[in-house]
Amino acid sequence: MKITKLSDFFVTGDPLIYGADVAIGLTMVAIVVALTAFKRWGWLWREWLTTVDHKRIGIMYVIASLLMLFRGGVDALLMRTQLALPDSMEFLKPDHYNDIFTTHGVIMILFMAMPLMFGLFNLTVPLQIGARDVAFPLLNSLSFWLFFMGAMLFNVSFVIGGSPEAGWLAYPPLSEKMFSPGVGQDFYIWGIQISGIGSLMTGINFIVTILKMRAPGMKLMKMPMFTWSVLSSCLTIILAFPILTVTLALLFIDRYFGAHFFTLDMGGNPMMYINLIWMWGHPEVYIVVLPAFGIFSEIVATFSKKRLFGYGSMVFALMSISIFSFFTWAHHFFTMGSGANVNAFFAVTTMIIAIPTGVKIFNWLFTMYKGKITFELPMLWTMAFIPCFIVGGMTGVMLSVAPADFQFHNSYFLIAHFHQVLIGGVVFGYFAGLYYWWPKVFGFKLNDKLGKWAFWLWNIGFYVCFMPQYVLGLMGMTRRVSSYSWDTGWWSWNFVSTIGGFLMGIGFLFQVWQILHSIKFMERVKGDPWGGRTLEWSIPSPAPFYNFAITPKVEGRDDWWRRKELAAKGVQDPPPKYEPIHMPKNSGTPIVMSLFWFILGFGFVFDWLWLIVPGAIGIAATMLYHSFNYDTDYYVTVDEIKKTEAKAGRVV
Amino acid sequence: MANVAANHSSHDHDHGHDGHHDLEALRTMGFWIFIITDCIIFGTLFATYAVLMNSTAGGPTGAELFEMPGVIAETFILLTSSFTSGLAVLSMNRGDKKGLIGWLIVTALLGASFITLEVTEFLKMIDEGAKISTSAFLSAFYTLVGTHGIHVSIGLIWMIALMLQVAKRGITPVTKRKIGNISLYWHFLDVVWIFVFTIVYMMGVR
Ligand code: HEM
Ligand SMILES: [Cu+2]
Repeated sequence: MKITKLSDFFVTGDPLIYGADVAIGLTMVAIVVALTAFKRWGWLWREWLTTVDHKRIGIMYVIASLLMLFRGGVDALLMRTQLALPDSMEFLKPDHYNDIFTTHGVIMILFMAMPLMFGLFNLTVPLQIGARDVAFPLLNSLSFWLFFMGAMLFNVSFVIGGSPEAGWLAYPPLSEKMFSPGVGQDFYIWGIQISGIGSLMTGINFIVTILKMRAPGMKLMKMPMFTWSVLSSCLTIILAFPILTVTLALLFIDRYFGAHFFTLDMGGNPMMYINLIWMWGHPEVYIVVLPAFGIFSEIVATFSKKRLFGYGSMVFALMSISIFSFFTWAHHFFTMGSGANVNAFFAVTTMIIAIPTGVKIFNWLFTMYKGKITFELPMLWTMAFIPCFIVGGMTGVMLSVAPADFQFHNSYFLIAHFHQVLIGGVVFGYFAGLYYWWPKVFGFKLNDKLGKWAFWLWNIGFYVCFMPQYVLGLMGMTRRVSSYSWDTGWWSWNFVSTIGGFLMGIGFLFQVWQILHSIKFMERVKGDPWGGRTLEWSIPSPAPFYNFAITPKVEGRDDWWRRKELAAKGVQDPPPKYEPIHMPKNSGTPIVMSLFWFILGFGFVFDWLWLIVPGAIGIAATMLYHSFNYDTDYYVTVDEIKKTEAKAGRVV
Repeated sequence: MANVAANHSSHDHDHGHDGHHDLEALRTMGFWIFIITDCIIFGTLFATYAVLMNSTAGGPTGAELFEMPGVIAETFILLTSSFTSGLAVLSMNRGDKKGLIGWLIVTALLGASFITLEVTEFLKMIDEGAKISTSAFLSAFYTLVGTHGIHVSIGLIWMIALMLQVAKRGITPVTKRKIGNISLYWHFLDVVWIFVFTIVYMMGVR
């Protein structure tokens, strides 16, 4: 786009946006002032920005994704406010409403759910399998920074240039130059593309980590269930994300070089895009939900003090879901004229997925049956998930009935369904995981009372918000409308739904309060606060930077539980014999390279060659610099291990 | 943070003490998975090409545009370069550093001539009015073949970087793994080209 006036560059004309400008400006100034005043720049660079420690990278993922949850949540409440007060006042104008549902969807799925999931991978997987690190620590840091820069690129579109407004999957021809001439769609393409490359590399990294770095003795069928779920999710990532990469690249080529992949004229085929994007998009929802299944399995076993029921069938269910998720994509466009046979095929494959999912739910229930259940926060979120996911699953099966879909399609019934599985499954699941592993990561538990408030607000708010939407869908309210007239009879249901949305918002604020409160008044915990079963609980909390002073030898499933049982019988571990530990060095390469990606993306968005060229050269140069750098690791001495272990209260 | 134990040089990874994984084997596996993802990228592009191949929108068709002699020359050059990259690996396994670098130079030269031919072919087509914006068929053609070309070009830069590293450090476990990876990558591009040759050119001129 040609920039001729300053107002082509900065988005203007809306008080909300001026508010955001001021807020962003003030926050940046505050951060810079604080870092300078407390002389923390060096610390920030050395300890965090250049770290290759998977635990710290995990923490950064979690912080960034919670910020994105906040932004996506504000978007949601803005939309709900508009829908509670249709026509009487125009709180959001229609095109602004388009901006907001688009950014809300993208942020929630790609910049909230995905990074929160990667955060949990990083915090947990190496510890669960008894590894010192992930397979490629530097690549891991690069993945994080690519996600971060991609997310930032996407987010600046709110105040610079303008947001995308073609929906979270950017269907052409709407997303083509002809109908989206501004830069919003280009921000969408590059923001997602850059962070998507990061996701793909995380997928590769964790597959190799899990397959190759398990502690001696940990056979595949002795792996903790969360690790299994990560493996299945990562396998799905490496098969699905390349499709997204290509799809976005083709859309970019259309917009930038005037090509005709998806245009209406010159032989282009928009339907091709819709097929491609859903070949990624459907597996994507399983990518984010499979790890949640793993989290529930860990939590149910720990808080029922029983081993997981049906381990083998759980593994089988995870793997079959990750494969089947690739054969269902067309259920997203039953109404687009694929023909009866095609629709029937995809309807059946979709329903088949319900079977392994059902198996899992029964396994969790059987694990709880006759267990000594304690209702700590992680367990509460797990219990809340089960009914929510059952209802969401059933409405999903209703949607998968092709003829019925002609009625529900693109109505609020669909909105209610996918929020039910995404919030009930993914968000509740990751919350459960965060509460569960929090003491592991930080060494203290989160305040219980505030956590319960948050829990009930989220849960009640959820049903108040989304149950009315099923009704609205059946009454004929379609998605992506910013207003409706009073004679539709939709108002009261919408109003109630909005109240539920705000209850969830308050629930989130309680969680923020809970974290701040707990940081102030925390009570330190030792290594194993919940009576855990798997290896991550066998080392101090927080874990030392090298994780395991001595690599554990695994003999059974739930190996830590087994060792605790042996210890209770009086079997003593032999005294530890330490050896130097091989560790990767910190590196500034990932953050620098990602900055160049940001520059490149920004250059392409505005078609500024003077930014594109340095961006591309910078990427190539950092890549080569990395290839020539052979000085990437060091050894931790036995002395230092002993000191660190003694400080954590261990016998050395 | 910690002291670097001076007696450990940074790349002697073969002494297996506790929990110490063979880093080079890990990296090779990671690279294989990367190749799988790249296969999916090409698979998606081929699928798109197959869908759009007849959508010429009244513009020139493959039969009118493609000149087989040039394409066949490109094919021979690339196949030969794949062979010479194999010879490079054989020299490496014999511990013959000179042979390794020599064959890599031959491979890189062949790769560069492949790219030169391809670019000339593209320029000529553009000159005849067959641009990426002319029709969906040509969009798909330039994108698919161009993506392969970009892969080859990146491979060239990477190969040059590796020659410098081998020249400086000799044949070590690390350079060995790196050479192994690029030769895998090079063979992979060769296989992709065979698909390009059959699906795009052979089926195009029919
Ligand atoms: C926290 C409470 C949430 C509320 C109140 C909420 C509300 C909304 C609303 C009002 C819409 C627009 C519906 C329309 O006009 O078509 C929407 C769309 C959407 N939401 Fe949410 N949402 C919430 C959480 C989430 C979460 C956690 C996710 C994903 C992990 C998510 C993913 C989406 C997606 C993908 C869309 C579709 C965007 C589009 O139409 O392009 N939402 N949500
Ligand atoms: Cu789907």
